[in-house]
Amino acid sequence: MQVKLRIFRFDPQTDLQPHYDTFTVNSEPTDRVLDCLNKIRWEQDGSLAYRMSCAHGICGSDGMTINGVSALACQKLVKDFPPDKEILIEPLSVFAVVKDLVVDLEPFFEREKSVHPSGGIALTEAAEDVEHLQSMEERARFDDDIKCIMCGCCVAACPVNQGEDPAYVGPAAVVRAHRYIFDSRVGDTLKRLQIMDTPHGVWSCKSYFKCTQVCPKKIQITKHIVEVKRKILSDLRHKK
Amino acid sequence: MIHQYDAVIVGAGIAGLTAALQASQTCHVAVLSKIYAPRAHSGSAQGGISAALGNEEEDHWEWHMYDTVKGGDYLTDQDIAQILAREAPQRLIELEHLGVPFSRNTQGKIEQRRFGGHTRNFGEAPVRRACYASDRTGRVIMDALYDHCMVRGVEIFDEVFITSLLRSEGKVCGVAGYKLATGEPMIFHAKAVLLATGGCGRIFKTTSMAFAATGDGFALAYDAGVPLEDMEFVQFHPTGIHKLGILVSEAARAEGGILRNGKGEAFMERYAPTLKDLAPRDIISRAILTEIAEDRGINGKDFVYLDLSHLGKAQLEQKLSEVTSFVQTYLGIDASQSPIPVAPTCHYMMGGIPTDAVGHVLADGKNQVLGGLYAAGECACVSVHGANRLGTNSLIDLVVFGKRAGTDIARYVAQNNLPSLPSGAESAVKEKAQGLLESQGNERISQIRAEMQKTMTQQCSVFRDRPNLEEALCKIGELKARYAQVGLSFKGKRCNYELEDALELGNMLKLAEAIAYSALLRQESRGAHFRNDYPQRNDHDWLKHTLLAQTPNGIQVDYKPVTVTRFKPRARTY
Ligand SMILES: Cc1cc2nc3c(=O)[nH]c(=O)nc-3n(C[C@H](O)[C@H](O)[C@H](O)COP(=O)(O)OP(=O)(O)OC[C@H]3O[C@@H](n4cnc5c(N)ncnc54)[C@H](O)[C@@H]3O)c2cc1C
Ligand code: SF4
Ligand code: SF4
Ligand code: FES
Repeated sequence: MQVKLRIFRFDPQTDLQPHYDTFTVNSEPTDRVLDCLNKIRWEQDGSLAYRMSCAHGICGSDGMTINGVSALACQKLVKDFPPDKEILIEPLSVFAVVKDLVVDLEPFFEREKSVHPSGGIALTEAAEDVEHLQSMEERARFDDDIKCIMCGCCVAACPVNQGEDPAYVGPAAVVRAHRYIFDSRVGDTLKRLQIMDTPHGVWSCKSYFKCTQVCPKKIQITKHIVEVKRKILSDLRHKK
Repeated sequence: MIHQYDAVIVGAGIAGLTAALQASQTCHVAVLSKIYAPRAHSGSAQGGISAALGNEEEDHWEWHMYDTVKGGDYLTDQDIAQILAREAPQRLIELEHLGVPFSRNTQGKIEQRRFGGHTRNFGEAPVRRACYASDRTGRVIMDALYDHCMVRGVEIFDEVFITSLLRSEGKVCGVAGYKLATGEPMIFHAKAVLLATGGCGRIFKTTSMAFAATGDGFALAYDAGVPLEDMEFVQFHPTGIHKLGILVSEAARAEGGILRNGKGEAFMERYAPTLKDLAPRDIISRAILTEIAEDRGINGKDFVYLDLSHLGKAQLEQKLSEVTSFVQTYLGIDASQSPIPVAPTCHYMMGGIPTDAVGHVLADGKNQVLGGLYAAGECACVSVHGANRLGTNSLIDLVVFGKRAGTDIARYVAQNNLPSLPSGAESAVKEKAQGLLESQGNERISQIRAEMQKTMTQQCSVFRDRPNLEEALCKIGELKARYAQVGLSFKGKRCNYELEDALELGNMLKLAEAIAYSALLRQESRGAHFRNDYPQRNDHDWLKHTLLAQTPNGIQVDYKPVTVTRFKPRARTY
């Protein structure tokens, strides 16, 4: 079958403003949108810029906006879209465009880093040659968080990051914080809660659930954000 | 731009980050990666990481060592296998102490499961040796290392593509490349360089490896005159999703999954009566292709089924949720209801850049270290996997030998001066890119790449013979000539991924040739290398490692003996 893709093009160094190019590719219904982009770059237009690597939703490279929704191009199949319409491909919002579908994720990774106390990541004491003991229930407490592949789709979809508070640390960073806060082996929980309890921290979240809707790893992001808020209330505020 | 560090590490996978964390205790370290660091392919490792912890049942490092040697069809250097097996438990505990969230058993200890070729008491029956976190083991290890590296101030340069090694005063003294976003050349001047660039599965048509797995590190060393060791040994994992090559982890069979042919038979019973579906990968891949060749594929097609339907939804969700979601997304199949179509997929390179036990690269492949150059991880060949790697043994290799390399780099940095920067380092990078950008040729990258992948898959994969290998070499020679005429459709500097594709293809063509040539030379069948025309292992003539080097007079072939300590080579049955 033939698929039409309408793709955002922009090189901020040379173009005054973005434009869109339309490409037609031959594909199978089970092809990934990423396969279509590859066909374009390899066979039609070598200048098309986008990132990719694993091609099966595990490396987090190819977050983009597909028909208005943040998603991984390697996780969406051609047959998921109406056959007679163009598929609209744009960069992730929130982040600055470097070229075409490539955005600058430095601020994203900076925020991932900001959830760690400056002194480092402190685990509770354990004897030198044995593991910390952790029950299956304790381990399950943060099992959802460790699925995160740092693709940035949630941040791009979050209305708060998009405008209300652009400095909001963002859903992915809260997931990262949650992963450590609810890990029974981690000793610096209070410090991490304090980091979350700052301006542009977890309280900027207005529970719009957009992040949860787009997360390609189906992480219950909003639920975890709420848990971090509750934990701040119970462990920080009550102690004061 | 010129950056100066004590050490630079090319590659941000588990090998690179482990070494960085270690060396950064005393040195100023930079990590360079052509993709954002958390995207490295180590993050896609699914099933587990081996260590004889004995958390579930009795286990000993000697058993692990034996399995590694036998799994490698006795091409494994046994002194190295001993290091791997002995140091594994300690490294594993260190990972746990960094916060890696391993799955737990009822006692709250790290849970362990079975994996192919890992056995109790020297081959008696499967043993639970693989530590894991559901089926995202690589992801969680990499995340923990990455978090610690970030917090401890290891400097990471993302999206820098390295094209050359810098040398002066007889040593390696840095690397050069360019920034993908801008095309700006970058020079890293350092006392020590570690190559940790991962595998090269993209040489083949169907692979479980990422697009970034183009073997750049192998090529950097090969171009610097270092021989490549044992390149004929390429692992094909038996259970790639049909056509896509996406991996269905061996953990699926460890948890009870069964391979079935078109007649519904659990055919592995015939090929490996003791271990059955948990036999090593080379054996199962050959079994699957034999079933298909003898017309017992599914409906006469080129795949078999991996049946997980009897495991139940709960177990699949708890232990194999990534795998089941891949199958759901890409095939629309519910693994708890229907079997998964699978076929062998290119998965791992046993061979690579020869190193000693601390990661120092061997200039002659034997015993002469090349000052300043180290290699670790999949691009290295310390020769611990021999002719066939066991599942879960790569991840432990990355941390055991990644740490050893990091430690030795710190020692080397303390004892040596910084060699002067060779003149013209920057212009070398520019020329390399410029040559491609300005070429008026009209050969297309995608065309040459597709032909290489087809040739390697049809003529140099699981089953090989002389006529096919000769034809493959001929074809690769032709493709190399055509590559000299490659022309780019985009000449810009910013985010020029076509240029990156071209540089990577240049690397892959050289490696494809090295693989096919090594395979042609080795006239025996051992581990993952099977020759239809020499179906037996031949220890008398071939218990040795292949070394191929590029010289001005063409490829030069050499061999070195295998180190045999405890386990005399015996027939390999399971
Ligand atoms: C799907 C899959 C599942 C697997 N599961 C398991 C498992 O369960 N257990 C197990 O033991 N093994 C497993 N393996 C094998 C194992 O994951 C790999 O062998 C291992 O992760 C390789 O790690 P590495 O650190 O050597 O390189 P990688 O993790 O591949 O990292 C390579 C790094 O090098 C960088 N790089 C490469 N070229 C350049 C360049 N030119 N310039 C700059 N940077 C560059 C990349 O950006 C990247 O950061 C699996 C492999 C696959 C494909
Ligand atoms: S939480 Fe989900 S959407 Fe956000 S970065 Fe992680 S994987 Fe991506
Ligand atoms: S739930 Fe919070 S983080 Fe998620 S989209 Fe809404 S505001 Fe953003
Ligand atoms: S390419 Fe890795 S997540 Fe899509």
